Amino acid sequence: NEDLSDSEDSVYSGLEDSGSDSEDDEDEEEGSEHDEEEEEEEEDNDDNDDDDDIRNTVGNIPMEWYRDFPHIGYDLDGKKIYKPIRNKDELDDFLDKMENPEYWRTVHDKKTGSDIVLSDEQVELVNRLQRGQFGDVNFNEYQPSVEFFSKDVMLHPVTNRPADKRSFIPSLIEKEKVSKLVHAIKMGWIKPRRVEEDSRGHYYDLWASEDSSILAKHRMHLPAPKTPLPGHQESYNPPPEYLLTDEERALWEQQDPSDRKLPYVPMKFSSLRQVPAFPRFIHDRFERCLDLYLCPRQRKMRVNVNPEDLIPKLPKPKDLQPFPTTQSLVYRGHSGLVRSISVSPSGQWLASGSDDGSVRFWEVCSSRCIKTVQVGGAVKNIAWNPNPSVCLLAVALDSVVLILSPSLADRQVISSSERLLSGEQETEPTEGAGPVIWSETEGEELNQGIRLKIQHPKAVHQVVWHAKGDYLASVMPDHSSHLQVFIHQVSRRRSQNPFRKNKGLVQCVSFHPVRPYFFVATQRSVRIYNLVKQEMTKKLQANSKWISSMAIHPGGDHVICGSYDCRLSWFDLDLSTKPYKVLRHHKKAVRGVAYHRVYPLFASASDDGSVIVCHGTVYNDLLQNPLIVPVKVLRGHVSTHDLGVLDVTFHPTQPWIFSSGADATIRLFT
Amino acid sequence: MGGLQKKKFERGSATNYITRNKARKKLQLSLPDFRRLCILKGIYPHEPKHKKKVNKGSTAPRTFYLLKDIRFLLHEPIVRKFRDYKVFVRKLKRAYGKTEWSAVERLKENKPTYKLDHIIKERYPTFIDALRDIDDALCMGFLFSTFARTGKCHVQTIQLCRRLTVEWMNYVIAARALRKVFISIKGIYYQAEVMGQLITWLVPYQFSHDHPTDVDYRVMATFTELYTTLLGFVNFRLYHSLNLLYPPKLDSKAESELKDENEEDYAMNSECYLEKLSALSASLSRVVSSAEEEEAELDQFPIEGEDIEKMEAREKEHTQQEAQKKLFEGLKFYLNREVPRESLAFIIRCFGGEVSWDKSVCIGSTYEVTDETITHQIVDRPNIDKQHINRYYIQPQWVYDCVNAKIRLPVEDYFLGVTLPPHLSPFVEEKDGDYVPPEKVKIMALQRGEKPAHEQEDDDEEEEEGEDEEEEEQEDDDNNDDDDDDEEEEEEEEKNLKKMEQQRSQGKSLQVKVTPGKVKVENTVRLEQEEKAEEKRLAIMMMKKKEKYLYDKIMFGKKRKIREANKLAAKRKAHDDAEKAKKKKTRK
Repeated sequence: NEDLSDSEDSVYSGLEDSGSDSEDDEDEEEGSEHDEEEEEEEEDNDDNDDDDDIRNTVGNIPMEWYRDFPHIGYDLDGKKIYKPIRNKDELDDFLDKMENPEYWRTVHDKKTGSDIVLSDEQVELVNRLQRGQFGDVNFNEYQPSVEFFSKDVMLHPVTNRPADKRSFIPSLIEKEKVSKLVHAIKMGWIKPRRVEEDSRGHYYDLWASEDSSILAKHRMHLPAPKTPLPGHQESYNPPPEYLLTDEERALWEQQDPSDRKLPYVPMKFSSLRQVPAFPRFIHDRFERCLDLYLCPRQRKMRVNVNPEDLIPKLPKPKDLQPFPTTQSLVYRGHSGLVRSISVSPSGQWLASGSDDGSVRFWEVCSSRCIKTVQVGGAVKNIAWNPNPSVCLLAVALDSVVLILSPSLADRQVISSSERLLSGEQETEPTEGAGPVIWSETEGEELNQGIRLKIQHPKAVHQVVWHAKGDYLASVMPDHSSHLQVFIHQVSRRRSQNPFRKNKGLVQCVSFHPVRPYFFVATQRSVRIYNLVKQEMTKKLQANSKWISSMAIHPGGDHVICGSYDCRLSWFDLDLSTKPYKVLRHHKKAVRGVAYHRVYPLFASASDDGSVIVCHGTVYNDLLQNPLIVPVKVLRGHVSTHDLGVLDVTFHPTQPWIFSSGADATIRLFT
Repeated sequence: MGGLQKKKFERGSATNYITRNKARKKLQLSLPDFRRLCILKGIYPHEPKHKKKVNKGSTAPRTFYLLKDIRFLLHEPIVRKFRDYKVFVRKLKRAYGKTEWSAVERLKENKPTYKLDHIIKERYPTFIDALRDIDDALCMGFLFSTFARTGKCHVQTIQLCRRLTVEWMNYVIAARALRKVFISIKGIYYQAEVMGQLITWLVPYQFSHDHPTDVDYRVMATFTELYTTLLGFVNFRLYHSLNLLYPPKLDSKAESELKDENEEDYAMNSECYLEKLSALSASLSRVVSSAEEEEAELDQFPIEGEDIEKMEAREKEHTQQEAQKKLFEGLKFYLNREVPRESLAFIIRCFGGEVSWDKSVCIGSTYEVTDETITHQIVDRPNIDKQHINRYYIQPQWVYDCVNAKIRLPVEDYFLGVTLPPHLSPFVEEKDGDYVPPEKVKIMALQRGEKPAHEQEDDDEEEEEGEDEEEEEQEDDDNNDDDDDDEEEEEEEEKNLKKMEQQRSQGKSLQVKVTPGKVKVENTVRLEQEEKAEEKRLAIMMMKKKEKYLYDKIMFGKKRKIREANKLAAKRKAHDDAEKAKKKKTRK
């Protein structure tokens, strides 16, 4: 029913649109009337009045529902529309029909309960509809037809095909899809389109409130180092000295990229427009990136040391004088290298033994050669008897030790030394069958001053006197034998071998200046023997490969050792068996060391041609360590055949030093 | 007895470090993601002190991170975004595979993005921190802004980089913060002083790059992502510190001046504004309209423990700097087509000069070539046909050299067709003992206000030349020797000392030196020096092994430096001699 009314409505509304002359409100009322009674409208000729706008708002409902109420609905303002006070009954109706000429065109409006009189046009419209004609008067039913299909070729195809039914029916598939989407949105699976935000280019004041609390978190953080700033050589137009020469360029090309000092070749362009793009620009930047995130960072504490501060503060050499500073005399005369020198206890004479087979005696002050003794072999070592009351000299050559009496002293001294040499004959005639043979010299040799010959089984390298001047020790280095050291007593012409075992190659030996100790230096250590108790008391480790020489401090508590590996070790016997100090002053092997008897000086001579004089104060206080200060480097000897200074010795009383070298000279420094 | 057995590697440094792979597993990230996270958060490996202990006894080469750092990464919200992105990629692939274009569309719309603001704030808690680290950001920004839009990275990134760098340059102009420039073979270095921080950046020459294949652009892109964010925030803050509007606006006056030109020729409307900004020819508008801000004169207070001399030096430096800021004020430049416009316009504007260029080169030119008031025209070609009388035609290096010298250098050396003087790096600060190129000495003399001595000499030379050549030669040699004199003197001294010593030791000195009293006086000084040297040598002998080693190392370094300086000086001398000889030949 409703549907039908709908469609009719549409028909009418179409009619109205097409332009009836009637007023709008009336038409609408008509529409509503038609809903219920069509027939009635035509026959009713009743009331035609009410131009007022009383429209009922109750809608399309059966009006019987209001039968029992005094009103029949509500107007637009929400006020009640009351029924006419009196309802017409049949009689009134009849009378009206008879008397009212307009009755036939009067229609009763149930909604408002009023009667409406139709106008002429409306009556005409009703008539036309009843006749089955169009409502619009002006509509031409018989228009000329336009042919869709003609001989003319049209630009666009036109089909006469009626639209499909499905185009009028809502699509089920679409409905399904929509419902799916709706569901997905509801469930939050699909997010509705996001608002396009331009977050990338949006900046604000990020550091408006700076707090350092976050900073505390990163205490371990090390900021990346900045890239080094470019130098002159990176300029497009550098000064000419920064450009690479051809050789440098070749070298640069040969080197591995990581070894190169500069990662690029400096180039020069005469003008800015000729500068090309740098081919490794992106590489450089990329490497920087890699450094930033891949390179481990480490905080390096760079100590900014002033090199001057590293140099130890030592007492000035000036304050430590006297010590030898300048070369004052040169003793020339030898033709071979001077192996050994020795100063007489009085300090007046100097004896030297050389490879040319001679022993020369010099006057110290005048550098005159007083005497030359041809001994017939290369002199290995030479030693004055330290006893000032005798004047004897021990000379080691080959396997013989000679005792010379140079007769360079007072008569009294000479006679006392004669007595020492001759005294033994009385006491000891019966020595014979030992490895050592004592013999007296005769003839030419005796004239020269050679008094005794002590024949050893092997080559003697060193002779040393005891401080008293009676005992003499000689060294015959030998790997395989225990016969390496002999101690001779000159007054009794007796010799003995103090060691029963071979403890290594003996380099040198020395007597303790006061106590009955005997120092034996082997290759790597120094052994100290107590001669009275006949036992070893100490063994000093020299920390060097090969000891060359040794000297005992006149106090007896300190020892210095020179070694072929350029070291000089100072031992403090009270302190330890390890060196108190190792001095590495020389560039080449140390050949000789010496202590001064009076002054706190010691010296070392080396193959590099220099003699280094050091100040070495030894304190009586045991708690205070010796003070060692190098005070002077003395140069003068010329090294020949890789040999420089071979022996060094101090003057017994003056702060003077003698050195003998491979250049066949002896020099005195004062 | 008692207590648990201690196990190895359960305490101490072994537990403070974590290898990269373990860290990756702990964070549940793929290697690229881990790398990105490290880049963004600034986490770098640490070198443990005892590698073997940390590596549990093994000596295999491994990268170690601090465990604390990795724990710190665990709480990073970006990590989640990475995972989201991974999921997104997976979904997108799937949608492509199924050819569900609508899904693809939809997914693309919802692509997860992340912001780096909090990371920036975290890495650089204070603004100064950020400024300190901005060197790399600028270098990267300038590099990326020169990339062609060919797909090595996103176009938006390139545009953003361009925008940010242009903003930066405009700031430097507005603040007049530029201090030094240097044309190197790699590109052009600039150094600016912003809020007391020296910031150096390198801009490549304007050529298209041929992209190397052995460079991982993803790494670079990640860095750029971070750096653009950083640069943006820094720019914002800097603009506000100068009362400038932040997305920079051209001054209304300047803008109207630029308006009348036909902009359409240059760029699309959307890009036009950036182009105009990047022309660097107009000043920026300020928040406070009174453009002329009077800076309050700061009184200088002596810092405690600083003497008056230092303060004076500081004051002097300050005035010098102020003068440098006004270096080009009152000058009008015109750039020819062949010179690098952006660089020169930037520098000239930084020091208060006016600059214009050919209309066809770039937007934003303000006056024509024919303008009578132009004082300098910068030209980089051997000669030019039509020359105006009342202006200098100079080569671009003049501008750069002036900035570095902090004074207007004489233009004569930079005229067209003239061989340019060497361009020196302003970043090298020579200490005593280093090699100083003669050109630097000359510039330093100019700075002190002395007249260019060298040129006079040259003139003299030419005059003298006819008279006698030998003298001239002598003079030249003298000039050249000047630089090396010090070193040679030292050497000589040492030689003398050695000789003397030798002589003395051989006992010859007395024979040789029989001269009047004057020599004696010299001898005492010499002796003293000698004594001191001897003393030092002896003291060095007594050094401990460890200290000796250190001392030797330091001295070795010093000696090497001297050697290098000597080598450079010798090279220079050889070169100069060769030049002289050539000159002479041509004269004959």
